[in-house]
Amino acid sequence: MRRFETRWGILMALPAILGFVIFTVGPMVASFFFSLTDWQIGGSPSFVGLDNYSAMVNDELFWKSLSATTYYTLGAVPLTLIVSFAVAMLLNQKARGLSLWRTIFYLPTLVPAIANVVLWIWIFNPDFGLLNSLLRQAGLPTSQWVYSEQMAIPSLIIMSTWGFGNTMVIFLAGLQGVPRHLYEAVSIDGGGPLRRFWHVTLPMMTPTIFYNLVVGVVGTFQVFNQAYVMTEGGPNHATLFYVYYLFRKAFTESEMGYASALAWVLFMIIMVVTFLMFRNARRWVYYEMAGAR
Amino acid sequence: MTTLAARERTRAKGVAPTQGLRRPRRYGRALLYVALVAGSIPTLLPFVWLVRSALMADSQMFVAPPEWIPRPFQWSNFSEALTAQPFGLYLLNTVIIAVICVLGTVFTCSVAAFSFSRLRWRGRNVVFALLLTGVMLPYAVTIIPTFVMWQELGALDTFVPLTVPAWFAGAGGGVFNVFLLRQFFLTIPFELDEAAYIDGASPWRVYWTVVMPLSKPAIIVVTIFTFIGTWNDFLGPLLYLQDEEKYTLSLGLASFQSVFITQWGYLMAASAAVIVPIVALFFFLQRYFIEGVTLTGIKN
Repeated sequence: MRRFETRWGILMALPAILGFVIFTVGPMVASFFFSLTDWQIGGSPSFVGLDNYSAMVNDELFWKSLSATTYYTLGAVPLTLIVSFAVAMLLNQKARGLSLWRTIFYLPTLVPAIANVVLWIWIFNPDFGLLNSLLRQAGLPTSQWVYSEQMAIPSLIIMSTWGFGNTMVIFLAGLQGVPRHLYEAVSIDGGGPLRRFWHVTLPMMTPTIFYNLVVGVVGTFQVFNQAYVMTEGGPNHATLFYVYYLFRKAFTESEMGYASALAWVLFMIIMVVTFLMFRNARRWVYYEMAGAR
Repeated sequence: MTTLAARERTRAKGVAPTQGLRRPRRYGRALLYVALVAGSIPTLLPFVWLVRSALMADSQMFVAPPEWIPRPFQWSNFSEALTAQPFGLYLLNTVIIAVICVLGTVFTCSVAAFSFSRLRWRGRNVVFALLLTGVMLPYAVTIIPTFVMWQELGALDTFVPLTVPAWFAGAGGGVFNVFLLRQFFLTIPFELDEAAYIDGASPWRVYWTVVMPLSKPAIIVVTIFTFIGTWNDFLGPLLYLQDEEKYTLSLGLASFQSVFITQWGYLMAASAAVIVPIVALFFFLQRYFIEGVTLTGIKN
């Protein structure tokens, strides 16, 4: 360790360290103190202890938002994992025009969130939208999609699955890392494609599946744009997603204290869920070098 | 039953029929293309719907069964939509914000990654591990205090809250970029640094003339991710920008949507105009995308 290394090392890491303190640790601590106060924007905060947290127990909309978000996550994450895994398997074959196929399947991911929402409002339009037009032509029953309380969340799940590209690319990278000789070993033993998938691909891919699962759950739990631009939390609070509810409390109703408490509860929920996923992972995630990283 | 080692040996002699392995038989191949085509139909259909609606006159759009080819092509949807609100200005604002963010993120993240990978100092690994925990923090926890902070500093309705955090290594989720660059820097031979130090170079010189020129693929990946992230950001501009003159494309499109709520031709034309630049960028830099994800070594 040379002296100039320490000096330069700290200097060069300084923006990142300062950023962490100013934009992560500071706001986190501040947010916790806010959550213990009753505070409207413009006014001054008054200390109320844990009142905000106990108020949540009787807040019907809090529970509604929690269940809507959970429902959405439980639908969107597994569906996206399955679809993107299947497509990644296809794209891992030696097909002609591979980069064109990859581009096609990645394209939806590139659509900016708001353009995506505007496009899907039109696709879901009950009278002249794409989905109902197709269903009508095929003689199938149509739906009110995001305009119906029952179908709103399933509709948003369909919409989110369309943007499966990022998950797919990560699966593709994982598939390309599966050692060839394992496939060859199965084939020599007379195993067909199904066996190769079941005994090699799937076990070797469990770390990638796990990564996508964790990232997917944490990301999906914080869904916001669709609720803000598309449904405004409706119909009848069916799509009142947690972060949208938090946003409304903070920036529309100006209840900064309560909104901060909501943020901390969300943080706790995500921590606990992530922890449980990691604990459970030991049972099904296969690491080639156990113990080593 | 033969052992694995034995199999390896036969393979080495070229006896085992490994050749046919990766080449699926003809019907398998046909099946692959059928699956690819079948999968791409639902993927592309929304785009087709977008483009046909963007080019259609209202009278043709609302007929049943739906028509797919616009007759005539209503190009005026584009000109009218894009002049109804100053989308040119929104584009300029978005590009300004995106460029400042990309420059800041690439510079501060690469400098930090250099420090965390190629300079030895006490506490380095502890600090790096701490920074990485920031990736897991939900953004909802920090938005309220961050908003209050910018409000106290009088920075609301400026680009400051949207761009300054990028100059602190992207702040929060941006730490992922430090991680990615660090992984890449670790693959560059350390002898190069040593040789430069013997010649009397400073760490800054090593960073700028040795490590950075060798890290183009990783830098391109960070550039792409940051650019797309900024381009698509909605919540940030929504929170911090009030004056319409300062709107970004996402914010502009959202406000356009609330005004022209039933003018589907205009809405689709405006959406298409927001989508096209980012898709074009992707086509130019396409091959770096998948490489980029692979080089982060995510599977560990």
